[in-house]
Amino acid sequence: MELNNIENLLEKYENGETSLKEEQELKNYFSQETVAAHLEMYKPMFTYFTVNQNETFTKTVPLKSKKTISYKWISVAAVAVLLLGVFFNTSILQQEDDLGTFDDPMMAYNEVVKSLELISNSINKGTEKLSYLGQIDSGMSKVTYLDEMENKTKIIFK
Amino acid sequence: MTQAEFLNIVMPFKDKVFRLAKRLLVSKEEAEDATQEILLKLWNNKTKIEEYKNVEAFSMTMTKNFCLDKLKSKHAQNLKIVHSNYQDKNTSLQKQVELNDSVDWVARIIENLPEQQKMVIQLRDIEQYDLDEIAKMLDMKNTAVRVALSRARKSIREQLTKTHSYGAK
Repeated sequence: MELNNIENLLEKYENGETSLKEEQELKNYFSQETVAAHLEMYKPMFTYFTVNQNETFTKTVPLKSKKTISYKWISVAAVAVLLLGVFFNTSILQQEDDLGTFDDPMMAYNEVVKSLELISNSINKGTEKLSYLGQIDSGMSKVTYLDEMENKTKIIFK
Repeated sequence: MTQAEFLNIVMPFKDKVFRLAKRLLVSKEEAEDATQEILLKLWNNKTKIEEYKNVEAFSMTMTKNFCLDKLKSKHAQNLKIVHSNYQDKNTSLQKQVELNDSVDWVARIIENLPEQQKMVIQLRDIEQYDLDEIAKMLDMKNTAVRVALSRARKSIREQLTKTHSYGAK
């Protein structure tokens, strides 16, 4: 009776029509010490399947969490640096450009006069020093007497 | 996702990945490398893992593709794995079982099956997946899986009968 059942199951099994439960039944049957002689060749097949279920993967896998620098944050940092640069640049330029303004035209005029006087004073200081050049001129005119002397000595030697 | 969480997801099926890889690549070392590679790939894509409905089925498909690619590149290089002298270090497991020799025969018979049948047998008879799940993993139709399974089982039985009767007579 049971053998008949197993034979039926085997036929279904070979057609790929058995359920997992029925296959488990077959495996159980063939794990017995003794099976029907004419079904002996199935035994290694099913023992092989059961034995192979127990093989395990023993190697360890090195799992390192990769620290990926997200480029999103790099761009954020770049924009921040750029903005800071622009900000400081403009503020410095503004300070240099801003010399102050006068609302009162008289005051402005006075200021201009003052600064022009300052300039002319310092120019005069410079010209005072240049007046020494006049002395060089007078010195040079005295040197011209030497020429006359030379002329006279030429005449004498003639 | 922390390492512990990841391991909780991966632990239940890492052995299945390994066994499928071994079924296809035969050598234990290669299967270990393949499993490692696949687990690392999963780890690197861990942010996407939550989106997958079935991480296990996805990993099995990944394993299948990875191993088939590997085999393809091997064939292209004309470097076939020689498994005639291949010895499994886990034989102690099998030694516990009687009929050690004929069990080895089954392994050799399965080795010579076409890749698709190998995978189907592995996923069904060893890992005990549903036919629908297998169809999804291997990107096949349900009926095609059934046919492949039936063919594989029949050819294993036929060859076993041959060796069996050979030994008897």
